[in-house]
Amino acid sequence: MKQLMLGNEAVARGLWEGGIDLITGYPGTPSTEITEYASAYPIQSEWAPNEKVALEAVFGASLAGARAACTMKHVGLNVAADPLFTFSYTGVRGGAVVCVADDPAMHSSQNEQDSRHYAVAAKLPMLEPSDSSDALLFARSAFALSERFDCPVMLRTSTRIAHAQSPVETGERVEREMIPYQKDAAKYIMMPAYARARHPLVEARMEALAEYAEDCPYNRVEWGGKEIGVITAGTCYTYVKEALGDSVSVLKLGMVHPLPRRMIRDFAEQVGRLVVVEELDGIIENHCRSMGLSVEGKSLFSPIGELSQDKVARAFGLPRPENCKPQDDLPPRPPVMCPGCPHRGIYLAMKRLGLTVFGDIGCYTLGAQPPLSVPDSTLCMGASISAMHGYLKCRPEATNKAVAVIGDSTFVHSGITSLCEMVYNGTAGTVVILDNSITGMTGHQQNPASGYNIKGDPAAKVDLEALCRALGVRRVRVADPADIEACVEALREETTSGEPSVIISRRPCALLKTVKHEPPLAIDPDKCRGCRRCLSAGCPAIGFFEKRARIDSTMCVGCGLCKQLCPFEAIG
Amino acid sequence: MINNIMIVGVGGQGTLLASKILGRLFVDRGYDVRVSEVHGMSQRGGSVVTYVRRGERVASPLICEGEADLILAFEELEAARYLPYLKTGGIVIASRQRIEPAVVLTGASVYPPDIGDRVKKSGAILYEIDALEAAIEAGSPKAVNLVLLGVLSRLLPEIEPASWTKVIEQTVPPRFLEINERAFAAGRNMAIG
Repeated sequence: MKQLMLGNEAVARGLWEGGIDLITGYPGTPSTEITEYASAYPIQSEWAPNEKVALEAVFGASLAGARAACTMKHVGLNVAADPLFTFSYTGVRGGAVVCVADDPAMHSSQNEQDSRHYAVAAKLPMLEPSDSSDALLFARSAFALSERFDCPVMLRTSTRIAHAQSPVETGERVEREMIPYQKDAAKYIMMPAYARARHPLVEARMEALAEYAEDCPYNRVEWGGKEIGVITAGTCYTYVKEALGDSVSVLKLGMVHPLPRRMIRDFAEQVGRLVVVEELDGIIENHCRSMGLSVEGKSLFSPIGELSQDKVARAFGLPRPENCKPQDDLPPRPPVMCPGCPHRGIYLAMKRLGLTVFGDIGCYTLGAQPPLSVPDSTLCMGASISAMHGYLKCRPEATNKAVAVIGDSTFVHSGITSLCEMVYNGTAGTVVILDNSITGMTGHQQNPASGYNIKGDPAAKVDLEALCRALGVRRVRVADPADIEACVEALREETTSGEPSVIISRRPCALLKTVKHEPPLAIDPDKCRGCRRCLSAGCPAIGFFEKRARIDSTMCVGCGLCKQLCPFEAIG
Repeated sequence: MINNIMIVGVGGQGTLLASKILGRLFVDRGYDVRVSEVHGMSQRGGSVVTYVRRGERVASPLICEGEADLILAFEELEAARYLPYLKTGGIVIASRQRIEPAVVLTGASVYPPDIGDRVKKSGAILYEIDALEAAIEAGSPKAVNLVLLGVLSRLLPEIEPASWTKVIEQTVPPRFLEINERAFAAGRNMAIG
């Protein structure tokens, strides 16, 4: 019986059927739900502090003879790259799968890097499903592939696979015994002498995998018209089928590294015009070119953003359907910080002091838009603190005008070493940890500072104050972001203290079910003078109509920030 | 035949439940189905869109410009925003609800007062309904999604009411089932066009 399944759920189901014993990862759109769905099965499941840690745990589980997988978004793979490259050398004992989800068009990301480069660089096989059915199948078979070729297997998805639902057929779980543990120093200790012996094996494995690719059931030719031959993979395959149907022949690659050279050459020889349809970079195209084939690809399709059946059809000069007229002058609706968001109060305090704010990755990035417009930079997880450190090293006179802001989960992910850098190398910066007790942006995942594990059970909780003190910060204090004045005072004192300091801005995310809200506030139209100061909070519950501010009672959660901003006591 | 449906609204309005019900319904009826959602950042009060596609065979999870047969809009401005995705002569079912985006709230921009006219002039057929009112009457403002699905069900005559009832029962949490069933019935019985 077919059932509709989200791509991420299908990956989780496939991993389960493939005999997974342990799943770990760090939340990141669009990969997050893989781990969430997998955690519902009776296996070891966890959120790791970051992707590097997750992959290392998978290495350990593999050593133990278990089958294990980790999940991350494309930028998370950068964090996990260190163990990835050497895990490629050690190989596995139990099967290991690295699930990575790319985000072309950056629906929820800071860049649109192409993870396939990592498979090439780390010399690892990479599978790329085209829909949920593929996702289930590929994930299920990835462990056996990993054990057969003695290496981790990468499973690449993208937003339109991860967050698209399509029908799947589920199967039974492969029941297996764990492989017994055995010490094998030459294989698992990567010091130079042993690693040198492993590298030739890695190269030989790639040769063997390239041979396997020729017969891999996930690489297939679908013959149609032979005037045009399209090589494609992943979600692009669905666009090609949608736009071109059987009018062209298609070589669908389920394994995108290493590539089947003979298969590609045979296919190229039988078609008139060879076109590669791939999202982001021209990796398959360049491979074809290196084989001496005449091929088109990035000359037709931009390396920027997502593809679609529309773009494929247009690239081949096909007519498009007539559409309704676009309305050009509509007000935009970007995502915003929620009513009652605890980040708003501390941001308002920073704005009042005119601080230079080094931002980080999380919901608080939404405060970059007007009217708040608070952060000055956002680079990657943890960079707020280290970037502020570098800035202050070169502009020490700015010390009393700069802060770094970082969420609790992001701080644990990669802010700790940055704080260490600041203290050890001596800048007197102020770090504001926005502790909202949850990983917010990705949809409320627990983390080591929240006190609960992936299943929602109580777990060890990082003591942020003690941790910061242990790193050498003597000035650590807690502020309530619901009190703007208190935050201003805390920021003023710490930024001018002349030594490293940490302010923990502590209040749970307003969307948490455990948070009890106050009754909605209202604005007295007789007292309101239309000064618009309450609007500076950028709260979606406050609007301005007919020269007066007005609170939408269905959205207001009574946080009271606007009340603190009103000079006329019109809000109550 | 209505095969390509876009569900549009504002993050937090419950569009994902609507697409889940619709997707399941079509799978139950033996269609090939693709549903594409957006999670993560844009959910926080931003403009959201879900694609639901059915057919004998469907490949792509996306709906591109001119390919939508119908737009199910939870909010007026969002109905207008996605018009280019609608084929000429396509249908818009729009809840009369208005949610002002940040630029309107701050007075930097205005909410277009003439959205109904714009939609009609763009080449679409428009059914405007008081979905929020009906949802509140059914027991919860959150049941707007079921009111809209109720209206949509009228335009899918090949799917009998029992199929809808079954899927709604399977998808909606039991404690909200009664409200949602009432909301669906309200939409289904609503005078449109």
